Amino acid sequence: MKIAVTTSGDSLAAPMDSRFGRAAGFLVYDTDTKVLQVVDNAQNLNSAQGAGIQAAQTVAEAGANVVITGHCGPKAFRVLQAAGITVYNCEAATVQEALGLFGEGKLLTASDADVEGHWS
Amino acid sequence: MKVVIASGKGGTGKTTVAVNLAWFLANCGRKVQYIDCDVEEPNGNFFISAHFSERIPAFVMLPAVDQQKCTSCGECSSKCRFNAIVRLPGNTMIFPELCHGCGLCLLVCPTKAISEDEREIGIIERGMGWGGISFVHGVLNVGEPMPNPLIRKVKEQGLADHIQIIDAPPGTSCSFVETISDADLVILVTEPTPFGLHDLKISVEVARARGRSICVVINKDNGIFRPLEKFLEERQLTITARLPENRKVAEVYSEGNILLEELPDYRAHFSSIAAEVFRQSENLMHSPMGVLP
Amino acid sequence: MKEIVVVSGKGGTGKTSFTACMATLFKKKVLADCDVDAANLNLLLNAIVVEEHNFVSGHKAAINKDICVSCGGCREVCRFQAISEDYRVDGFSCEGCGACSYRCPTGAVSFAKALCGHYFVGKTGKQEYAVFAELLPGAENSGKLVTAVRKKALEIALENGNKIILTDGPPGIGCTVIASLTGASFVVFVTEPTVSGVHDLKRVMELSKHFKLPGAVVINKSDLNRSYSNENVFLCLERGFNLLGSIPYEPLVSQAQRQAKTILEYAPDCAASDAIRQIYRKLNKRLETL
Repeated sequence: MKIAVTTSGDSLAAPMDSRFGRAAGFLVYDTDTKVLQVVDNAQNLNSAQGAGIQAAQTVAEAGANVVITGHCGPKAFRVLQAAGITVYNCEAATVQEALGLFGEGKLLTASDADVEGHWS
Repeated sequence: MKVVIASGKGGTGKTTVAVNLAWFLANCGRKVQYIDCDVEEPNGNFFISAHFSERIPAFVMLPAVDQQKCTSCGECSSKCRFNAIVRLPGNTMIFPELCHGCGLCLLVCPTKAISEDEREIGIIERGMGWGGISFVHGVLNVGEPMPNPLIRKVKEQGLADHIQIIDAPPGTSCSFVETISDADLVILVTEPTPFGLHDLKISVEVARARGRSICVVINKDNGIFRPLEKFLEERQLTITARLPENRKVAEVYSEGNILLEELPDYRAHFSSIAAEVFRQSENLMHSPMGVLP
Repeated sequence: MKEIVVVSGKGGTGKTSFTACMATLFKKKVLADCDVDAANLNLLLNAIVVEEHNFVSGHKAAINKDICVSCGGCREVCRFQAISEDYRVDGFSCEGCGACSYRCPTGAVSFAKALCGHYFVGKTGKQEYAVFAELLPGAENSGKLVTAVRKKALEIALENGNKIILTDGPPGIGCTVIASLTGASFVVFVTEPTVSGVHDLKRVMELSKHFKLPGAVVINKSDLNRSYSNENVFLCLERGFNLLGSIPYEPLVSQAQRQAKTILEYAPDCAASDAIRQIYRKLNKRLETL
């Protein structure tokens, strides 16, 4: 299983980014191979509109099954749902902490977008 | 002939001028059509007492994907500059609220899997008001971000053999530009305050850049406001009328009534505005591109 | 952090004047003017600009006449009638979609990023920050400029430990209003007792409900028309919003405006000023409950 966490860094110790569409990037952790992959989101983050849905497409293309993020808007949520990706909300400080909480089953799945979309 | 009544700042009395000018022209025996382009907050109908006989839904183009034909190649998604398309394996999703209806995705799709569908963004209502004034306005659906396509469609309802009194949306951005794009005369309504002046300057700049004829009406006039006079002089803009400030005007407006019926003193001012309209229409008649009346 | 956005639906109800009054009463806040195509708040604040940023958004097509072969392809695919018969792009009509550039067989159409306006950080006499913007005349993407203004205001508030962002919203219910409301903490509707005021209030309230925002209503020039004033009150209660208060019609307001002053500064003892201070106290209490 591949887990994508929103972050601005490139290691497990990096801080989590609470935003989804405008996060600097994603760390995708493969629980089977234990391989950590850095996925850049710079192009989407700077786009004038639709950052969230494009970020969702990027995550889907990276093969993620799970997304852990602070907040996810309605349009991005729709794409993630369509791609069969489960969204978990998490307020952890670092990527490692977030993965830990997920492993212990302490994170709740988001059943809906938890923030309003930024119309931009 | 198309006369647009506009103001950068909201609440300067744009609708009041538009409605009463329509009333005045109708009472001069002219054929008048009132077109309310303030599709976000249309109010003209209250003053014209419009009875609607027709409701026409307004649509914009929206791409629809035939998932059977779609190969998930991602061309449309990568070319769309509005980020309105997401490509997932076996599922290409369109986000209507981001789509500008440009049709580029139809052009780029190699398998012709995208067709044009329609999406309703508001309605156009048509009818008649008092004095035989023909009325049309657009009502943008709440939550719909882009008013311009609806404004364009409302303007298409214009009757060529009428004097079209067009109430513009407030502001100076794209919806204002859309409204004045083919106006024969733009009447800018302002008020003698630093705010009115600030916004008037921008409106003048836009209207001039678009090559429109402009005249200015000062509303809520309560004595000379130097900076405004100076600006108008510098730009060689005519002050067509000064409407004195009066609490009664606000009261008449609040009820949705006609100023010129309740306070006949104001008729002289509208006679000057109407004269300016006639003068412009004369100019039009003598120009090769002219449209009557 | 609480962001209060003042909106009205209808223009000219006194939204900016009201926001400026609140600005003199709230302490430790950042101000944001989101009425980007008629930004007037700073005329009252007189803030000195300390930062200026370009606002670049979207693209505009430009045709290189040296390469263009006048085939007409671009004009055919452009849905915005933005290309003239002599192959010039009308910057006002161009939406920057790129269809013309895709169709052009010779690569004559280029797509540069468009400068749509500027946004500024100003410092007021009270050493507080205000963010405001100027959209270039007739430019597009005003919603995104609003987002840029709000983002900047939030950044400044976080840096300086300010607890409140006070935002003057734009009129209408379109893209700039949507961009001003998303993610805000509280909405203040400034309305007036007129047939249009009531109608427009309904629509902007609907929009706020759509975003599930809490809010309350201020009726300006409340004694202008009793029956519409009552209708405003009914409307706000019926839609689940509270009434913050009513401000009576005050002829001195237009005198104050001519001198670019708030009514609180110009005539602190008039009935309208009293009402505004009362509204402030009520609003402050309400914010504590959020």
